[in-house]
Amino acid sequence: MAEYSAFSLLANALKGNKDWKPAWRKPDPKASYDVIVIGGGGHGLATAYYLAKEHGITNVAVLEKGWLGSGNVGRNTTAVRSNYLLPANTRFYEHSMKMWEGLSHELNYNVMFSQRGCLNLAHTPAQFDDYARRGNAMRHLGVDAELMTPAQIKRLIPALDISGDARFPVVGGLMQRRAGTARHDAVAWGYARGADRRGVDIIENCEVTGFLRDGDRVTGVTTSRGDIRAKKVAVAVAGSTGRVMQLAGVETMPIESHVLQAFVTESLKPFIDTVVTFGMGHFYMSQSDKGGLVYGGDIDGYNSYAQRGNLPIVDEVMSEMLALFPGLARVRMLRSWGGVCDMSMDGSPIITTGPLPGMYLNCGWCYGGFKATPASGWTFAWTIAKDEPHDFNAPFTLDRFHRGLVIDDKGQGANPRLH
Amino acid sequence: MLITCPYCGPRDVIEFTYQGDGNRERPDPASQNFEAWNAYVYDRLNPAGDHNEIWQHSGGCRAHLRVVRNTLTHEISSVAFVRGDHGSSARHKAEDKA
Repeated sequence: MAEYSAFSLLANALKGNKDWKPAWRKPDPKASYDVIVIGGGGHGLATAYYLAKEHGITNVAVLEKGWLGSGNVGRNTTAVRSNYLLPANTRFYEHSMKMWEGLSHELNYNVMFSQRGCLNLAHTPAQFDDYARRGNAMRHLGVDAELMTPAQIKRLIPALDISGDARFPVVGGLMQRRAGTARHDAVAWGYARGADRRGVDIIENCEVTGFLRDGDRVTGVTTSRGDIRAKKVAVAVAGSTGRVMQLAGVETMPIESHVLQAFVTESLKPFIDTVVTFGMGHFYMSQSDKGGLVYGGDIDGYNSYAQRGNLPIVDEVMSEMLALFPGLARVRMLRSWGGVCDMSMDGSPIITTGPLPGMYLNCGWCYGGFKATPASGWTFAWTIAKDEPHDFNAPFTLDRFHRGLVIDDKGQGANPRLH
Repeated sequence: MLITCPYCGPRDVIEFTYQGDGNRERPDPASQNFEAWNAYVYDRLNPAGDHNEIWQHSGGCRAHLRVVRNTLTHEISSVAFVRGDHGSSARHKAEDKA
């Protein structure tokens, strides 16, 4: 049964909103657990949820440095899609897409998953051919994809400039209708509540400051709230991967941390009911339920842990937006923010056992981690519980770089700022 | 973010191209040590704090610069030519220009 309803909203409003129950407890850390998950973001919380639900491992702690969901799960532009080229990525993200389709029921928490479609615009015939190739690769693996003509695109997004006078005329697009957006905070809260109800301790304001070791084996962590031992320690810290792994004595990783900015405008009336991406730069936009246009572009392009970016990217993103939608020139930007992305060397993630005994690693999400949240948690929980990867994450090893088994969807090479 | 080019003086970051981690050591081109090559291509220190990195002043004098920049604050503590001296016939120092 739903815990929140129009009736409970009204009843609590009349009673001064004093009777709402917290969605999760605030326990003190115990001395030891079966599994510690470092990182209380979407992936860490989903991992704890599926450990408890799928594998019956409930003696679990999620350690979060700040407050729950304060990192990238609350900083992304909420797009969910599975329109990849390479089979390893397509299978993984399509599994995630299928989990999204049932997530609100699974969690009994409305994550507002809205399959409004995601349209990649093509601006040259060669790019359109490339999209046809990717669309065929997707359909080959059972993922929906369709090519759209400029006339169809104009009907879908009337505000888009598809005239021949546009700076980069639109020659077509690749649409995934099942793609869409979700309410990102609700994803974190829903997984947190689900994990908490199954006995997982979610411990906020608890920063990991080091690892307890027995020889090579990781046996726990030292934190700002004392030492905590565990049979298994799982790391799901996205942009902070380099920092946390250095605490464990792993000096180098195939990861660079970069800052990605995102933006939202003032609220507008319904303007666009899909997710659209620009093909001649890097720009993507959707409209939130509140009416604000939510959009972003490229990462700033230099290593950063700062959670804030610089003005050249702001300028670039705005000019890309105006190249597509000249009519937005006088809309005011309301807010901008930054998140730290764990850019991997091939643009694909790492979900694996190791690299130390007793440790499990989940990182390398670049700026596509939000859509992966359900499958990332699900496969990572499997990997932790069974000490081996599921078929879905078996290709996403840490040693693939040194073994020549990279999964480079964009064909960009070992240049993380370009993925 | 401003980067003070030793030749041109303080300039906006938009004039510069990031060329990545300056800590990596390229093995001898004749080397067949695969581990060393793999480490050079894929492995990064990625520190939270001071980071040695290479930038090119591509919108200015085109010199390659060795920059020490804090990845937590974006504060730049030193900028030098990658080759030590800039090695061109123009032997201006930043002080002469200023």
